[in-house]
Amino acid sequence: MPDPLHLAVALDGAGWHPAAWREPDARPAELFTAGYWTDLVREAEAGLLDLVTLEDSFALQSDDRFRPDDRTDRVRGRLDAVLVAARVAPLTRTVGLVPTALVTHTEPFHLSKAIATLDFVSGGRAGVQVRVSLAQHEARLVGRREFPELTRVDRDDPAVQRVLRDAFDEAADWVEVVRRLWDSWEDDAEIRDVATGRFVDRDKLHYVDFQGRSFSVKGPSITPRPPQGQPPVAALAHQRIPYELVASSADLGFVTPRDAGDARAIVAEVRQAQEAAGRAGEPVHVFGDVVVFLDDDAAAARARRDRLDERAGAEFRSDAHVFTGTPAGLADLLQEWAAAGLTGFRLRPGALPHDLTAVTRGLVPELQRRGVFRTGYEAGTLRGLLGLPRPANRYAAA
Amino acid sequence: MTKQVHLAAHFPGVNNTTVWSDPASGSQIDFGSFVHFAQTAERGRFDFLFLAEGLRLREQNGAIYDLDVVGRPDTFTVLAALGAVTERLGLTGTINSTFNEPFEVARQFASLDHLTGGRAAWNVVTSWDAFTGENFRRGGFLPQDQRYERARTFLQTTWELFDSWRGDEVVADQEAGVFLRDPHPGAFAHTDAHFDIAGQFSVPRSPQDRPVVFQAGDSEEGREFAASSADAIFSRHGTKEAGQAFYRDVKGRLGRYGRTPDQLLILPAATFVVGDTDAEAAELAHEIRRQQVSGQTALRFLEQVWNRDLSGYDPDGPLPDVDPLVGETHVAQGRAQVRTYRDPLATARQWRELAAQKGYSIRELMTEVQSRQSFVGSPHTVAAEIDDLVQSDASDGFILVPHLVPGGLDPFVDSVVPLLQERGVHRTEYEGTTLREHLGLAPLP
Repeated sequence: MPDPLHLAVALDGAGWHPAAWREPDARPAELFTAGYWTDLVREAEAGLLDLVTLEDSFALQSDDRFRPDDRTDRVRGRLDAVLVAARVAPLTRTVGLVPTALVTHTEPFHLSKAIATLDFVSGGRAGVQVRVSLAQHEARLVGRREFPELTRVDRDDPAVQRVLRDAFDEAADWVEVVRRLWDSWEDDAEIRDVATGRFVDRDKLHYVDFQGRSFSVKGPSITPRPPQGQPPVAALAHQRIPYELVASSADLGFVTPRDAGDARAIVAEVRQAQEAAGRAGEPVHVFGDVVVFLDDDAAAARARRDRLDERAGAEFRSDAHVFTGTPAGLADLLQEWAAAGLTGFRLRPGALPHDLTAVTRGLVPELQRRGVFRTGYEAGTLRGLLGLPRPANRYAAA
Repeated sequence: MTKQVHLAAHFPGVNNTTVWSDPASGSQIDFGSFVHFAQTAERGRFDFLFLAEGLRLREQNGAIYDLDVVGRPDTFTVLAALGAVTERLGLTGTINSTFNEPFEVARQFASLDHLTGGRAAWNVVTSWDAFTGENFRRGGFLPQDQRYERARTFLQTTWELFDSWRGDEVVADQEAGVFLRDPHPGAFAHTDAHFDIAGQFSVPRSPQDRPVVFQAGDSEEGREFAASSADAIFSRHGTKEAGQAFYRDVKGRLGRYGRTPDQLLILPAATFVVGDTDAEAAELAHEIRRQQVSGQTALRFLEQVWNRDLSGYDPDGPLPDVDPLVGETHVAQGRAQVRTYRDPLATARQWRELAAQKGYSIRELMTEVQSRQSFVGSPHTVAAEIDDLVQSDASDGFILVPHLVPGGLDPFVDSVVPLLQERGVHRTEYEGTTLREHLGLAPLP
C-alpha cells in the first residue's frame, strides 16, 4: 500500500475565488462571526483532515499584494486568525488548527505563548503558519519600520533578493525564538513540592538568551511547555529563499508546483536545502497547494468556475495550480503528484462551503476507497496526525 | 435607590493568594480549569471574568521566584477559547500598552469582541520596566512621566482604529455584487510623539464598538486617566471609609471630562472565605492564610521591603535588626506589589512596633499584614457586608479573587449569590448580551 496522504484545507474568507461570496450557499454576512468558522472547521474534521490553515494579514485584503486596491466587490476585512482558531478549538476534537502569524510585525514572545496556549486549549492540535510581509502599506500600519517600495517579488533583481533574504533571515530568527521559548520550560518543571514550598523547579526553567539582528529575547516563556512540546511550524514557499526557511525552521512547507515534474524538482530543492541546514534526517513535510473547484461531473465544475469568473470580471489566477473537475479526477492528480515526492496536500477551496464539502464528502471517500487516506483519526495531536514524534526538550539534560 | 451589585471573578494567578499546596488545587494551565472557573462565574450571573498579566517570570535575589504559582496562558488566546464555552460572561484581559503596538492590540480586541458577540474588555496597564522589556523587540524603558502619556496616546490611537469603521460598510449584497459600501474603509492616520501610523484598519466595527476599558492603579495619573477614558476601575479593597474616599475622589473627577458618575464603575478586588458560621469561616480563613504564607514566603515578602537577602533568618523568629536598604536596585523584579512600599523605612518601623506589641514572629507578622481576607463569614454575613459597601458608595461591586483553582469560586456562587439575589441586588438572569449591558453602561454615542 502506498504511503497514506496527508490532507489540509486552507480557509480564507468565503473561499479563494474573489466572487465566491456571491454563491447561493455562501454566508458573506457571517464572515466575522464565530459560528461561520466553527461550521467550516467542523466540516474539515468530519472529513478526517489533518489540519486547517487560517489565512491572515494586518493589511486589508487587496488584489495587489503591494498596495490597497479600493475594490468594493470583494471580501474585505478579517478577524485575527489565532483568535479564530482559539474560539473554534473547544468545539472541535481532533483536527489541527494552524493560524497564520505575521512574523515581520509581531513579537515572537507574544506569539510563542499564544500558540502554546492554542495548544493547551485544543489539547495538542496547534500549529502556526509563518508569513513574511514586505509590503510598505502593511508596515505603515505598525509604523516601526520601513521597506523599499516593491511592485513584484522579482527573483532576478539582486536588490529585491537582498530585501527578501533579510526578511526571511528575520523569520528564521523569529521561529528560533518561538521554539526556544516553547522549550524554556521542561515538561516536569512544575513540581508542587509542599515540603520545600516550591511550585516549580527553577533549574528546569531556562533563559533562551536569543540575540539576533532584529531582536533579542531573554525568556523564559510565561507559559509552560505546550502539550505537543513543539507545535508544528509551517510556511508557504515559492522560491529558493523561502524553501530555505522551510528547510531550516519548519515542520511543514506548502509549495505550489505546476505539475508532477515541477513537484519533483521542488521537493528535491527543499530536501537539498534541508541537508545544507543540517536537518537531513528530520521529517519535514512538503505539501502541494492546489486551488480546487469540485463537482460530481467535470462540466458542472467548469460551468461553475466560468460563472464565478464572469462575476469577478476576470479569469481566476493563482500562485497555486488550479484544479477544476471531479473528486476522482483530483484524486488521480494528487496520487500522481504524491508519487513525485509530495507528502500531502493543502487544498484551497475555490468557494465555501461548496468546495470544502466536496473535499470532505467527495474526495476523501474516493481516497479512502483507493486505500490512501485514513478512515479514522489515528492520533489526538497534530504532530501525531503528521507522524511527527514529540520532540525532546533542547534544554533538558540528556 | 438600591444599587445593583456588580460581581466579577479574577482567575487566581501568579501570587501567594493562590494556594497550590491544597489537595483541592487543580492545574493552573489546563483549559479545563479555566472552563470550570468561567462557567461557575456565569452560573452566578457575574458580569465578567478577569485575567491579570505578567510578561516576565518574577525574580528575587537574581533567581526565578519559585514559591508561588508560576506560569499562565496567553490572555487573548484563552479568552477567545472561553468565548466558546460561555454565552454571556464578559471576558476581561489585562494587556499593557508598553510591549504592544496599537494596531495589533486593536485588531485583537476587535476580533475578540466579534468572536464573543460583544463580551470583550481591556484592562489597560502601563508596565514599563526594562526587566520585562528584555523579552521584547521594542525593549521597554520609558521615563515615569512618559508612561501615562504613552498609555493615553496608545488608548487614543486604538480608539481611532476602533472608530475607523463606522459600522455600515459591509453590505454583502450578493445580487448587486457589492460587498463594501465604502471603497476605503477603516482609513486612519495618527502621528504623535509615540506613534506614527497610517493605513486601513482591517477588522470591521465590533458588537460593542470597542471593548469595555478598565484602568488599574491608584496613582494620581492613574485616577485622572480613568476619569478621562475608562469605563471601570480595578482598585484595591481597603476599609469602607477608604473605599468611600476613593469613590468620591474618582467619581468627582468625571465632570471635568463631561462625564456622569454612572459612566465609571469602581470595582475593587476582594478575597473571601465563606463558612457555615462566622466562627467556622474565621477558622478556615486563618488556615488559608497559613497556607498562603509559608515560612519561606514570609521571608521573601520581608525581603521585598528590606530589599536585601534575608535567607539566613528564621521565619519563626523575630524581625531583622538591620534596616531596609533604600536604593535604585531591588531584590524583587517583575511584581507590581514592590512599588506599594514607597517608604520602606517607615513600613519597617510600623511592622516592628506591631510585632513587638503582639509578639509576632516573621511568619505571623507577614500572615497578618499580607493576607487578610476582605470578606470572612457565613453567607449571610458576606452578602450583607458586600451589599452594605455597595449601597454606601464604597464601591459598585467587587472583583472576587478566590484562593483555589478551579473550584474557589463555587462556595460563593452556591451560597452568597442566592442571598444577594434574594436581596434584589444581583440579577437572576442576564438581561443583555454584551458586557456593556451587564455593567449598565450606556451605548456609545
